[in-house]
Amino acid sequence: MSQMPRPDIAELRGKYPGVFERPASARLALPAMVAAALAIFVYGLVDLDFSPTKLITGMSQLGWITMMMIPPNPGSSFPLYMQALGETLSIALLGTTLAALFALPVSLLAARNIIPSNLIRFPVRRFLDSIRGVDTLIWALVWINVVGLGPFAGVLAIMVSDFGAFGKLFSEAIEAADRKQVEGIRASGGNALHEIRFGLLPQVLPVIAGQVLYFIESNTRSATIIGIVGAGGIGLQLAEQIRVLEWQKVSFLILMILIAVAAIDFISSKLRFAIIGQRAVV
Amino acid sequence: MATAVSILPAQQLATLEDAYRKAVARKRLRGALAIAVFCVVLVLAAFGAEVNLRTLFTYFGNFVSYFDRILTLDSGARVWTDPAEWFWGWHKWLKMLGETLLISYVGTLTGAVFAFALNFFAAQNTSPGPWVRFIIRRLLEFARTVPGIVFALIFVIAFGLGPMAGVLAIAIHTTGALGKLFAEIVENADMKPVEGIRSTGASWLSCMRFAILPQVSAGYASYALLRFEINVREASVMGFVGAGGIGQELVVAIRKFYYSDVSAILVTIIVTVFIMDISTGWLRGRLFGKETSR
Repeated sequence: MSQMPRPDIAELRGKYPGVFERPASARLALPAMVAAALAIFVYGLVDLDFSPTKLITGMSQLGWITMMMIPPNPGSSFPLYMQALGETLSIALLGTTLAALFALPVSLLAARNIIPSNLIRFPVRRFLDSIRGVDTLIWALVWINVVGLGPFAGVLAIMVSDFGAFGKLFSEAIEAADRKQVEGIRASGGNALHEIRFGLLPQVLPVIAGQVLYFIESNTRSATIIGIVGAGGIGLQLAEQIRVLEWQKVSFLILMILIAVAAIDFISSKLRFAIIGQRAVV
Repeated sequence: MATAVSILPAQQLATLEDAYRKAVARKRLRGALAIAVFCVVLVLAAFGAEVNLRTLFTYFGNFVSYFDRILTLDSGARVWTDPAEWFWGWHKWLKMLGETLLISYVGTLTGAVFAFALNFFAAQNTSPGPWVRFIIRRLLEFARTVPGIVFALIFVIAFGLGPMAGVLAIAIHTTGALGKLFAEIVENADMKPVEGIRSTGASWLSCMRFAILPQVSAGYASYALLRFEINVREASVMGFVGAGGIGQELVVAIRKFYYSDVSAILVTIIVTVFIMDISTGWLRGRLFGKETSR
């Protein structure tokens, strides 16, 4: 076996300096980024009035509060809380369903394969984006101004903020649909509406159903918090009990929320698998 | 070239068609049943949520005119005719906006650090023991399921009004959310490097540092950036319960009916969220390539 000629390291180093030594910019990039991140972090701590004494007194307060929370005890308000929980679940379900119903036609307008014209698609997309940019809580405040305090304002708030999210997700699902079915319908003489009904919908409906279920799940969480600004449901009770420092009731309410969310998670993941088979969307 | 379509004898065809009809009918029946059940649940929910269509119809005009009013200045002119008057408080608002961004930044970073410290214990393939894993998982689940704003409400009482409560609330929620995602990345990591490093007699800590970390760090950073984006939104409402940021200004403006201020602050928030979305999206694309940027 013949020996390979030894490469001349010095010569190679002269030829390809980048291989032997990483340039200073590459070596320094990571430490510089870490240093910058830390600097902003420290600046943030100072600017936001963090102080060790505040942290320690707060922690001891928090420890005390936690002690007060045990054992969770609803007192005599258990039926009221169950009703509030029902209200929360209703808000989530109704808000999400209405949002999906309204978003479906609009998402067709935002999908590239349905509306090729940028002129319509672009404004529709920006409109959906701005709706999504506003938090559900803010929508709840606005709706409270319109229909008054109560769970109805919560339904409308969830509906509007999910409308933006669904519009985007649905239009992406539609864009991902296969062209061939639509072409088949057109070849057999169907009009544009037929193409959507028989070519597109059968493909996208399972995906959409999966997303709607997932949102019902996550909206159970959102519905618990919009009560804090007065839009009904269990959040209203929770905020009230926190403000009057009834810690045992607070911990009971939090437990109720956790159990309800876990139950909804379980049911909806079962349903989701039933609808779309074993591979979950999202 | 024409191919003959073979036609089955009528009798055989009839049974086949019959079976097909039955199958379709069964499917339709099931679909109709599901829809009926869903409708009943919806009606029940409507009663539960005190849906009142008459209120909606009576007051829907209010919703439209609300937007009309928030887009009108005190002088009666449209807001965009006089931007200086519309954004009269821009100095204060920008300061509050900066505070909001800082809250979400500090909260995200703290949460990411805790999630980083905990996720190796929560992942199935790297956890030192099933008990540790179980406890850490439940902890993360708790931190994730309780909404951030509920933590904020409690922290405002413990730590006093101010941004500190907001930061801690966001940090805890982020720990829960990122801890789960991080653990999932670790579970997808290749275990062969771990075996290689363990065979040299290395400790658990060294295995994590030299075998797992190089595989997962890009995914971690990508998720943390995504979370930062979400937390900017979340921090914008922390002020509703007194936990700092621009939400405080917004809730005052909404409750006291300072109409043009509402729209000005909303526009500020929306624009900020847009910029954050675009810049973190760009950064993720730059740093981690197309596939991890969703």
